[in-house]
Amino acid sequence: MIENLISGISLGSVYAIIALGYTMVYGIAKMLNFAHGDVIMVGGYMSFCGTVYLGLNPWLGLLVAMGVCTVLGMTIERFAYKPLRSAPSLAVLITAIGVSYLLQNAAQLIWSPNPKSFTPIVTGNIKLGDVVLPKVALLTVGSCIAIMVALTLFTNKTKLGTAMRAVSEDKGAAQLMGINVNVTISTAFAIGSALAAVAGVLMLSAQPSLVPTTGSLPGIKAFTAAVLGGIGSIPGALLGGILLGVLENLSKASAVSQISDAIVFGVLILMLMVKPSGLLGKSIREKV
Amino acid sequence: MKNLRSGSLAKLWKTRRDSIISFAMVLIAYPVIQAMINSGSISRAIKGQLVPICVYIVMAVSLNLTVGILGELSLGHSGFMCVGAFSGVTTSILLTEAIPSEPLRLGISVVVAAAAAALTGVLVGLPVLRLRGDYLAIVTLAFCEIIKVLFQNFYLGVDENGLHFDIIKKNFELSESGKLIIDGPSGIPSGAMSGQRIATFGAGVLLVLFTLFVVLNLINSRHGRAIMAVRDNKIAADSIGISTTRFRLLAFVLSASLAGMAGALYGASQTVIEAKKYDFNLSILVLVFVVLGGLGNIWGSMLSATLLTLLPELLRGLNNYRMLIYAVLLILMMLFNNSELKITLGERLGGLKNRLTKKTAKAEGEVA
Repeated sequence: MIENLISGISLGSVYAIIALGYTMVYGIAKMLNFAHGDVIMVGGYMSFCGTVYLGLNPWLGLLVAMGVCTVLGMTIERFAYKPLRSAPSLAVLITAIGVSYLLQNAAQLIWSPNPKSFTPIVTGNIKLGDVVLPKVALLTVGSCIAIMVALTLFTNKTKLGTAMRAVSEDKGAAQLMGINVNVTISTAFAIGSALAAVAGVLMLSAQPSLVPTTGSLPGIKAFTAAVLGGIGSIPGALLGGILLGVLENLSKASAVSQISDAIVFGVLILMLMVKPSGLLGKSIREKV
Repeated sequence: MKNLRSGSLAKLWKTRRDSIISFAMVLIAYPVIQAMINSGSISRAIKGQLVPICVYIVMAVSLNLTVGILGELSLGHSGFMCVGAFSGVTTSILLTEAIPSEPLRLGISVVVAAAAAALTGVLVGLPVLRLRGDYLAIVTLAFCEIIKVLFQNFYLGVDENGLHFDIIKKNFELSESGKLIIDGPSGIPSGAMSGQRIATFGAGVLLVLFTLFVVLNLINSRHGRAIMAVRDNKIAADSIGISTTRFRLLAFVLSASLAGMAGALYGASQTVIEAKKYDFNLSILVLVFVVLGGLGNIWGSMLSATLLTLLPELLRGLNNYRMLIYAVLLILMMLFNNSELKITLGERLGGLKNRLTKKTAKAEGEVA
């Protein structure tokens, strides 16, 4: 039971790290970056290539993945989303789906649809009395907390972080105050994508099977986590991620294991019906 | 004043023209293809694609109703197709002995599928349509996944004691003469499907014509204009007394039920039915048809559904790159549609949106 809970929290931490990417982009650019889940997959493949083809240490592989994903995220933003900044949200969403599809199919052409076995970043277990804890789970939870703290400090204490909060509140007013909106949005994409790479490597270290669609389902679930916690809120992403991860793992361990995905999505729907602003989110009134 | 009148005349001509083009495409294509089949000048591979083409046309036109006319992105269209395929084929299997006539059985199964998909559409639509934009899209996707997972864990069998069904775990035992129809993850197995491949090209064309009749009539009706008014400005539509929920639900359920019919037809052309086939990727494929054909353009959807279904058959070598090309096309279409170039072109053409809103305003004015 405790082991189940721990692996749920670890899974939830991965969701939380991914959810941060959604939350930051949604908060600032007001768009659902559908391709975010596939950036995770690209991060996984980059780390895989680094460790297997170049023979790098898995930690260096992680750095390579983070670098590539940062550039990828900024490139996607520059070429696919920036031209659509004033377009209706339907157009942006369809473009984002196109980008997601593009990444998946490009990966399929480059690395073939066959699963690749991923080199875990850490292996082995730690025994605490009767409880066996995989080291990956501890690393995941630890890095999740570290990322949360760092990001909270970044948005609250630094100039760029303050600029990001200003843009998310009112883009026009922020621009009038001399904030470079494009740079701010680009930064949000860069941070989100680098975090996606981290999440990808951590997730694949726990379940080391890598296919071109690796990122899509966790991506959608992480979005669910972001909505659950309240989109735009950093502690919300943590709370939502952990709740969702624990729920998913508990339902997987119970009699209804086959429909655990349906349960997770059911939570998303229920949440949006009852409290669309999420557990920790601010509700925004529709203005005429 | 004179200008306005010629404007609305032009608009009338345009809607007429769109309907005429849509129907003409089907009515010309059908005899030509039929003649080609009779003379044997059509390859087996393409012949096998005729029913799927009809299915995809119906899917694309019905999704266009949600995305183009209602203006909400549904990513769960394949879920309704899934409901249609399972309910339609199950009906057909159950009625095999009672109704030996294949066309009649297909007809009944399509009607049952339409009803089942419409019911699902109401159940999904009522909560979903309270949301808008990105949230709505992701929730339709969630519902589609839920539908898929539930069908993957659904067991249905029939014997002389009647129907037995179970979810998650098969707890029922069938008697010797009984037949398992839906078998969890393996769906409707080929054993149960024998004798159920009753879909014909003619039936497909009939379904396309029916879909066009329903959708085009809706678009050119008071209800259709109300739906488009809700799309263009929900608050304005609300304030002139249009019940936004009602009209949004109407469009959504209609679209779902047409997708269900397409699913039943598609199911009747397959050897097995597996829920995992009706996933998110299928929804995206249909979305590509709609976006390439033009949002709100019915004959455009038909054309792109036909061409993009035939294209991989004609260009076998490109098959690996097909999805990649679709993705690039999707992005480029969106970028072009919202670029400066397109906007200047749009201004020269007068702007469809302006005319639509004028027309809606006028229609509402007449009532007042």
